[in-house]
Amino acid sequence: MAGVKRQSLGGLVARRVGIAVVLLWIVSLLVFAATQVLPGDTASAILGKTATPDSLAQLRAQLGLDRPLLQQYTDWLGGLLHGDLGRSLAAGLPVGDLIGDRVGATLTLAAVTLVLLVPLALLLGVLTGTRRDGKLDQVVSWITLAGVAVPEFVTGTLLALLLATWLGWLPAVSLIPPGESPLAHPQYMVLPVLTLLVAGLASTVRLVRVGVAQAAAADYTEMARLSGIPERRVVRRWVLPNALAAGVQVIALTAQWLVGGIVIVETVFQYPGIGQTLVQSVQSQDIPVVQAVALLIAAIYVLLNLLADIALVLLVPRLRSAR
Amino acid sequence: MSVTEATAARPGRPLTAFRRRFEGRRAGQVACLLLALLLLVVVFGPLVAPYGASEIVGIPYSGPSGSHWLGTDYLGHDVLSRVLDGGRSVVAYALLAMATAYGVGGVAGLVAGLRGGLVDATLMRLMDVILAFPPILLLLVLASGVGGSTAILVAGVALVNVPGIARVVRAATAEVATRSYVEAAVARGAGTVPILRHDVLPNIAATVAADAGTRFAISILLAASMNFLGVGIEPPSPDWAVMMTENRSGLTLQPWALLAPALLLATLTVTVSVVADVLTREEER
Amino acid sequence: MSADAAALEIAGLVVRAPGGAAIVEQVELTVRGAEIVALVGESGSGKTTCGLAALGFARDGARIDGGSVRVAGRELLGLGERELRGVRGRHVSYVPQNPGSALNPAMRVGDHLRELLRAHGRAGDDAVVQAALERVHLPGERAFRRRWPHQLSGGQQQRLAIALALACEPAVAVMDEPTTGLDVVTQARILDEVRRLRDASGLGVLYISHDLAAVASIADRIAVMYAGRVVEQGPAAELLARPCHPYTRGLLASLPDHREPRRLRGIGGAVAALDARPAGCAFAPRCPLASDACRAQAPPLTSPAADRAVRCFHAAQTPPPAFEPLPQRAAADGAALLAVRDLRVSFGGGDVVAADDVGFALARGECLALVGESGSGKTTIARCVAGLQRPDGGEIALAGEPLAGFARGRTREQRRRLQIVFQNPYQSLNPRETAIEAVARPLRELGRDHAAGGRAASLRAAEQMLERVQLPRRLAHSRPAALSGGELQRVAIARALVVEPELLLCDEITSALDVSVQAAVLELLGGLRDELGLTLLFITHDLGVVAAIADRVLVLQRGSVVETGPVGQVVRAPAQPYTQELVAAAPSLSR
Repeated sequence: MAGVKRQSLGGLVARRVGIAVVLLWIVSLLVFAATQVLPGDTASAILGKTATPDSLAQLRAQLGLDRPLLQQYTDWLGGLLHGDLGRSLAAGLPVGDLIGDRVGATLTLAAVTLVLLVPLALLLGVLTGTRRDGKLDQVVSWITLAGVAVPEFVTGTLLALLLATWLGWLPAVSLIPPGESPLAHPQYMVLPVLTLLVAGLASTVRLVRVGVAQAAAADYTEMARLSGIPERRVVRRWVLPNALAAGVQVIALTAQWLVGGIVIVETVFQYPGIGQTLVQSVQSQDIPVVQAVALLIAAIYVLLNLLADIALVLLVPRLRSAR
Repeated sequence: MSVTEATAARPGRPLTAFRRRFEGRRAGQVACLLLALLLLVVVFGPLVAPYGASEIVGIPYSGPSGSHWLGTDYLGHDVLSRVLDGGRSVVAYALLAMATAYGVGGVAGLVAGLRGGLVDATLMRLMDVILAFPPILLLLVLASGVGGSTAILVAGVALVNVPGIARVVRAATAEVATRSYVEAAVARGAGTVPILRHDVLPNIAATVAADAGTRFAISILLAASMNFLGVGIEPPSPDWAVMMTENRSGLTLQPWALLAPALLLATLTVTVSVVADVLTREEER
Repeated sequence: MSADAAALEIAGLVVRAPGGAAIVEQVELTVRGAEIVALVGESGSGKTTCGLAALGFARDGARIDGGSVRVAGRELLGLGERELRGVRGRHVSYVPQNPGSALNPAMRVGDHLRELLRAHGRAGDDAVVQAALERVHLPGERAFRRRWPHQLSGGQQQRLAIALALACEPAVAVMDEPTTGLDVVTQARILDEVRRLRDASGLGVLYISHDLAAVASIADRIAVMYAGRVVEQGPAAELLARPCHPYTRGLLASLPDHREPRRLRGIGGAVAALDARPAGCAFAPRCPLASDACRAQAPPLTSPAADRAVRCFHAAQTPPPAFEPLPQRAAADGAALLAVRDLRVSFGGGDVVAADDVGFALARGECLALVGESGSGKTTIARCVAGLQRPDGGEIALAGEPLAGFARGRTREQRRRLQIVFQNPYQSLNPRETAIEAVARPLRELGRDHAAGGRAASLRAAEQMLERVQLPRRLAHSRPAALSGGELQRVAIARALVVEPELLLCDEITSALDVSVQAAVLELLGGLRDELGLTLLFITHDLGVVAAIADRVLVLQRGSVVETGPVGQVVRAPAQPYTQELVAAAPSLSR
C-alpha cells in the first residue's frame, strides 16, 4: 500500500551510520546525566563524612564542578573528542593511562570468546534446527535453557569450585601481571572464557536454532522438497541462506550480552580488564573513570550492532532491494 | 499466533489451562515442583533457621559440622541460616522491579498502541534509546551516581524491563485495535475506557502475561548480578548473590559458603525459566 | 510405462490426520494427458490433501493410509524417499496456492529453474532457463533471471511457479488454487495460460479450486469434493448442466453469476468438523433429499451415465438446477439518504491516493455496490462513511446533515442510523463476548428505548434479533470460537441491525465465506432489506455478488470513479474500457 521509496545501498548504510552516531551522542548525554545529576556529589564522595563546607567548595572548584552543567558536559565531550578521557579521582592519573593496558586485556578476552563462540553457536544451531525434536535437539535445548537462566557469576563460581578448588586443574583467579598480555598466560584465560562460552552459547544457539527451524518449516522449503530437490541441497540452498539473518543477529546479540557478561566475569575472576575497572570505580564513585569506560563500552556495543545491521542488509536480498 | 487466536485457543479457567500446559512435560512438572519447594524455603526459611542471619556464631570459614551444617562464612555467620534468609531479597526486589516495569511499560504500550502516529513513534524511539544500552552497563551507570542502593536497584531493573514490556503491550494493543469488533465499537462512538475494559484488556491479557515468567527470570538475574557486583544491597544483610561476593576469598577454604547460595540461585533461575518456557511455548503442531 | 496409461490415476486413496480421522477417503480420480480436471470443493473438503497425495506427500503429520497413486503408470505409494524425489518435479509437479511464500526469497529467478533442472539431471544452462521462462510468457533475458522473487508482481510469481512446474515436462501438474489472491484480470490471464499449456504440451492438469465459475471455463472434467470424498465427477459441461449430486446442485444454486443474475439459494448448515463427520453420507445433514439410508451408510460410487460417477442414493431424483429470476424491486426514488461529495483521502503524506474526488448519492431503500480491485479505495471510502477514517476533504451527509469526520464527533442519533458489518468474520466479534452479549451491547450504547429497560430488556431484544438472522438458538450464548464463519457473520449483522439503523454498510462481508454460505448470508440480507426497508452500501470485488444484490453500481479504480449506473446496464454493456475488462475477466458459468 504505502510506497516505500527505493534506497541505494550507500544511502542505507549512511542512514544506519547516522543513526549510530545520534545514538552514541544520546548515550553520552545519558552517561553524563546519570553520573552528574543524581544526588551523590563527587566531591562529597572523595572527602567522605569529614568534609567541611569550605573544603567541599574548594574541591569542587578544583574539579570544575562549580561550572554550569552544560559547560561541564561540553568540556567533557570536547575532551573526549580530542582523546582526553579525563583524570581519575582515586588514582590521580589520566584515565587513558589507567585503562590503556586493560582495554587490551578485555579485547583479548572478548576476541578469544567470540572466535570460539560464533562458529560453535552456528554449528549447534544448524544441527539442532535441521533435526528438530531429535535427541541432540532435546538435550541442547534444555542445556541452553539452563545456560540462559543462570547468572554468569553463578556459572563462573561453580566452574571455579569444580575446576580450581576440587580438581585443582586451573587457577581460581586470573592474576595476570600488569603490562603483560593475557595470551602469555593462557591458564588464566580458561575459566573466564569457559564461563562466557557456557552462558553465551545458550542464547545464541537458541536464536540460530529458531531461525533455521523457521526456514526449514517454511512454504518455500516444502516446495523445494515437492520439486524433488535432494535433501542436502534443500538445506544448503533453501534453509541456510534464509536462516542467515538469524546468524547475523547472533553476532549483535552476542555483542550485547558479551558487554554485560565480561564486566561480571572479570569481577568474578579478578581479570584485569576495563570491566573490573568499571565496577571498582562505580563502587568508589570515581566518576570520570565511570564516564569514560561506560562510553567506551557503549561505543563498542553500538559499533558492533551497526556492523551486524550492515551485514544483514548486505546478505538478505529483500532488505538490499526493498521495493 | 495472533492475539485472539491465542486467547481463544485457551478455553476454561486459568488453573485448568495451566495444568493442561504441563501435561506430558516431565521437565516442566519437575521444575514446577522444585520452584514451589524453593519458594517455600524463601518465604518460611527464616522461621526455621537455627541462628540469626547476622549473628556471629563461630570462627570465620569453619567447615560443616554438627552445629553448623553448612559451616560458617567470612565473618563467622552460620551459612545455613543466611542461606535460608537470603532468598527473600532476591525474589522481593525482582518482583518489585517487575511491578514497576509493568506499570510504566504497560501504560506506555497501551497509549502507543491505541493512539498510534506521533505519540507511538516518540514513545517507541524512547524505548529504543534505553535498549541501546547493554543492561548491566545501564545499571552500573545509574548506580555510579549514588554508589548503589536498593532504590536504584529496583528502578534500574525496572527500567531495563520497560522497553520490552512496552513493545509487547503495544504490539498486542495495536493488533487488537484493528480488529473489527474494536472498530465497530469506535464507529458506535464508544468511549476509550469502555473499549479498553471490554475489548482491549481482556484480549491482550494472555499475550502480555505470557512473557511475564521470562521477565521475572531476567529480573532475578539482573538484580542478583547487581548485588554480586556490590552496587545493590548493602553487604551485611543476607542475600544469595551478596554471599557469593563476600565469601569469594573462602573459595578453597570453605566452598560451602559459596556453593550453597550458588546452587539455590541457579535452581531458582532455572526453574522459573523452565516454567516460563512451558507456559509460553507454542503448541507443537 | 505403458503408452495408454493415464497421466494420474488415484484410486481408493485414504489420508489420515495424526489422530486417525480420515481427511480424505476412497478418492477416485483420473487425469489423462492433455486434460484439465478440476477438483472443486469448499474449505475443509480435503482437496489440497488430495493434490499433495498425488505427489506421494502428506502434510503436518498426516499420512497416506491406503489406496494407489499412479503417475504415468508408475505406482508412487510405497516408494522410498529417494525414488519419490526422482518422481516429484519430474513426472508430477505442484503449483502452490501462494507463490509469494513458496519461492525461496534468497534465490534468484533463474537459479530456481537451474536448481530444479539439475536436481533431475538436466542441463540448466541459460538457454534452457530462458526457454522455460518464455514458455509461460515471462521475460527470459538475463536481467529478469537475476531478479529476486520479491521483485516480481503476484502474477509474475505465479507464472514462475508454473514455469517451475513445467520445466521438466512432467506428465501431470497439480495446481492448487493458483489464482486465489490474484485480481480477476490476472486470474483470467493465468487461466488462459494453463489452457494454452495443456493444448501445447499434452500436459495433464489437476486443477484445485474452490471456485466453480473460475474452473468452468478451463476444465475438461470436474470432480466435486465434499467432506473428504469425491461426491460427483464427469465432463464439465454435462456436470454443470445436469448435476447428479444434491451438493453439486446446491453449489450451482449458490453461485453468483454476473452474466446471468439470478436469485441465490444457499445450502443450510455447515460442513462438519473433521472429527465430527457423521456416519453415512457426510452431506446428509444438509441435504433436502436425505433419507434414513443416507444416514445409515455412505453411498457407494455409481455411474448414472457414461463417464459420470456419483456417490448418492438419490442421484436419479436430484432435480435439474432451476434458476429463479431475481425478485423485482421498485426503483428507489426517495430522497438521498447518504450523499458523498468530493471525498479525498490520501496516505503516507499524499503518496498514496485512496480516494480522489469521489462523489455519489444513495437513495432511501436502495442498494449501491462499490466495486473495485484491491487498492481501488473502496474500503477507505466505507471507513470514511463509518467515521473510522477522517477524509482530507469533501463532505459526507446523512439525510441532509453533514457528518463529522470521526464517529465520536457525530451525534448519537447519527451513529445509530448508520451501522457497519466488516469483512473478516473471524475478527468481527470480541472473542471474550458471547453472541448475545455482542448484540446487546450496541443497544445499551445507542438504543432508543432499551436504555430504560436495562440489561434484561436489551438481552431480550438481542435474542429476538439473533432469531431474525436465523442463528440457531443454542448458539446464542456461545463465544465466537464455537461459531462457523457464516454464523459469525450473522451475529455481526444482528449486532448492526439491533439498533434499527437506516443505512447498513457492508464491507466485503462475504469474501471470506464459502460460496454456499455466502449465498445463504446474501439471501438473509436481501430478506432483511425488504423487511426493514434498509438502505445498503455494499462493498465488494465480486461482480457476481453485485449482480445478485445491488441496484446500482459504482466502479472504482485507484481511488477514482470509473463508471456508475444501474447494475444491469454496467454489467451488460459497460461503457468504460476498465469496466469492460473487469466484466470480461470475471468468472462465469455462461462463457
